[in-house]
Amino acid sequence: MRVALFITCVNDTLFPGTGRAVVTLLRRLGCDVEFPRAQTCCGQMHVNTGYPEEGRRLARHFVDVFAEYDAVVAPSGSCAAMVREQYPRLARTPAAAGAPAGEGPPPGSFAAEVAETVPKVYELSEFLVDVLGVTDVGAYFPHRVTYHPTCHSLRGLHLEDRPTRLLEQVRGLELVPLPGADECCGFGGTFALKNPAISAAMCADKVHNVTTTGAEVLCAADNSCLMHIGGTLVRQRAGVRIMHLAEILAATESGDDRTVRG
Amino acid sequence: MNGDATFLGMPAFPANAAVAVRDSQLRYNLRKATHTIRGKRAAAVGELPDWAELRRAGKEIKDHTLRNLERYLVRMEEAVTAAGGHVHWAADAAEANRIVADLVKATGETSVVKVKSMATQEIGLNEALELEGITAYETDLAELIVQLGDDRPSHILVPAIHRNRAEIREIFRERMADWGRAAPEDLTDDPRALAEAARLHLRERFLSTRVAISGANFMIADTGTLVVLESEGNGRMCLTLPETLISVVGIEKLLPSWQDLEVFLQLLPRSSTGERMNPYTSTWTGAVEGQEFHLVLLDNGRTNVLADEIGRQALRCIRCSACLNVCPVYERAGGHAYGSVYPGPIGAILTPQLRGTASKLDASLPYASTLCGACFDACPVAIDIPEVLVHLRGKVRHARVERLGMRAAGWVFNRPARLARAQRLGGRLRRFVPGRLPGPLSAWTDTRDIPDIPPESFRDWWDRTDGGVQ
Repeated sequence: MRVALFITCVNDTLFPGTGRAVVTLLRRLGCDVEFPRAQTCCGQMHVNTGYPEEGRRLARHFVDVFAEYDAVVAPSGSCAAMVREQYPRLARTPAAAGAPAGEGPPPGSFAAEVAETVPKVYELSEFLVDVLGVTDVGAYFPHRVTYHPTCHSLRGLHLEDRPTRLLEQVRGLELVPLPGADECCGFGGTFALKNPAISAAMCADKVHNVTTTGAEVLCAADNSCLMHIGGTLVRQRAGVRIMHLAEILAATESGDDRTVRG
Repeated sequence: MNGDATFLGMPAFPANAAVAVRDSQLRYNLRKATHTIRGKRAAAVGELPDWAELRRAGKEIKDHTLRNLERYLVRMEEAVTAAGGHVHWAADAAEANRIVADLVKATGETSVVKVKSMATQEIGLNEALELEGITAYETDLAELIVQLGDDRPSHILVPAIHRNRAEIREIFRERMADWGRAAPEDLTDDPRALAEAARLHLRERFLSTRVAISGANFMIADTGTLVVLESEGNGRMCLTLPETLISVVGIEKLLPSWQDLEVFLQLLPRSSTGERMNPYTSTWTGAVEGQEFHLVLLDNGRTNVLADEIGRQALRCIRCSACLNVCPVYERAGGHAYGSVYPGPIGAILTPQLRGTASKLDASLPYASTLCGACFDACPVAIDIPEVLVHLRGKVRHARVERLGMRAAGWVFNRPARLARAQRLGGRLRRFVPGRLPGPLSAWTDTRDIPDIPPESFRDWWDRTDGGVQ
């Protein structure tokens, strides 16, 4: 099975440690992972901010880059949800929308390529639990951790308890429930810049809930939400650090996760 | 531009919300109220094993009706006329207001009682009647609070959700006497005492007013029947006591048959008030003896919405407010920030479609959401609100600085080599990034630190170490 890592532009640029953790983790589980150098961005920022043409161009590029792989793994619920929910819409032309039911998109069309590639794209915990069939990834992380499910993981991808099942199997890890976990943190991409007052108010409530757990680490499957919550935690000197799910799952007792820390 | 005159000229959503979010009393009232209703709805929906099927049925009935709207509207008109009612067609707010004002004037009356109605608020009927010398008295308890307080509604179902009972007591004590029977001298903020004061005040109104104006939750095309769901019985007073009844109803409120109504009598109460069954469900067909009945069918932008392949799903809305109650943005901004009688997530997709996006406020509404998806999950007719929000964002005019920024980002993302160069530049400049960013980016650093920019991107690490092997 040829497995490609879709690192996502945010992780590539700002959180390379998460990408290194995914590589470490997947190799430990016997999976040879490739990194297609031509990848850039899924186009979510453009589409969700109201620039569908730019987004469509990036979606075409994504499909070109990843079509040849058997599985594409993304350490981001949000970007995986973008591909799964929005690519078919971006590929839907007015003509295709009027096509008789039961007929697929014409072969070779963008819509056909999307229909082919999208089902092979997995968020990390989906790939681990559903494709590799593991929940104990051999990780060791002796810390008190709370998990924020993030909206696109929860309501977009319906990851359900996959991430927490993985965390529960980590030796030494104490998983504490997060009050109001299903509420949005207020990031919302460019929402954070367009509606900063509401975004900050939502984050203040999220941070309050995080600190009441007494956790040392706030974990999520999305670094963009974590960047927003974490930026507020640091500003408030709250003493809680953020970690991507992959970074916790890559950590082991022998410390062979050094690539993670760079 | 159509719409409620009282909301005209408001600033864009972010500015309104930034003011509202500092109002600690508003935040407390809204948090308490929305979380209470949220819990009740979750319980009422959760106990039904076939909720998903009901929801699908509701969606499909509405979609079928909207696809065949012309046919069902004509059938509705025929049935109402056959039952002794009069049907009027209004293309926009001005026409609807004109029709209603003329009908009231023909009766010789100068006051009307009103059943709670979103359609009449949408067209600004009360203000239009006032210009014609006709006083409209709201009889729904929450609408009464809003009217007495010279206020605006902030929620579809609970228009005075932004008020707590201490504030309501003050409004009753200070204003009730100006509108009719005064509040008792010793009025407390006990909910029973407040309800009793309103009951006595309104009872006089019901018994003395000869014209009533309502909306409707549903219209049944087969028989020409109108249906109103309410919790107080005040609506039924208006629907039965007066000699003339005028109902203003949006054309999307149609259902083909009574059998279809069964689905919605389950979906609506559980989604809106969290009740298993609605307390007062009134139905009427045409005019009863001694009563005159007029139905004003309102378009006011609805056929334009119907023409939009993605946006038209907003017309499935049954005004239950479940999306408002679960929305984290609504909970913190309050309803007034949306500048429309339709606030919250449904307002953010309905208002810009009904009114257009020419004003700064209306253009800002599709962005009044984090796309968290809680509204879509709660919607009893499965309106994919995030999908419509994104669709509408693609249609509004963007600020120049944003267009330039997005174009630049697109240019970088179009070529992996450009992205790598931009990342290396960022890595080199990492020590010079200020803690507080300038311009529009200051919105980020006002409340959050920016993450440390790593010296090396993932792709450069991969290249340098051959994927971590070296």
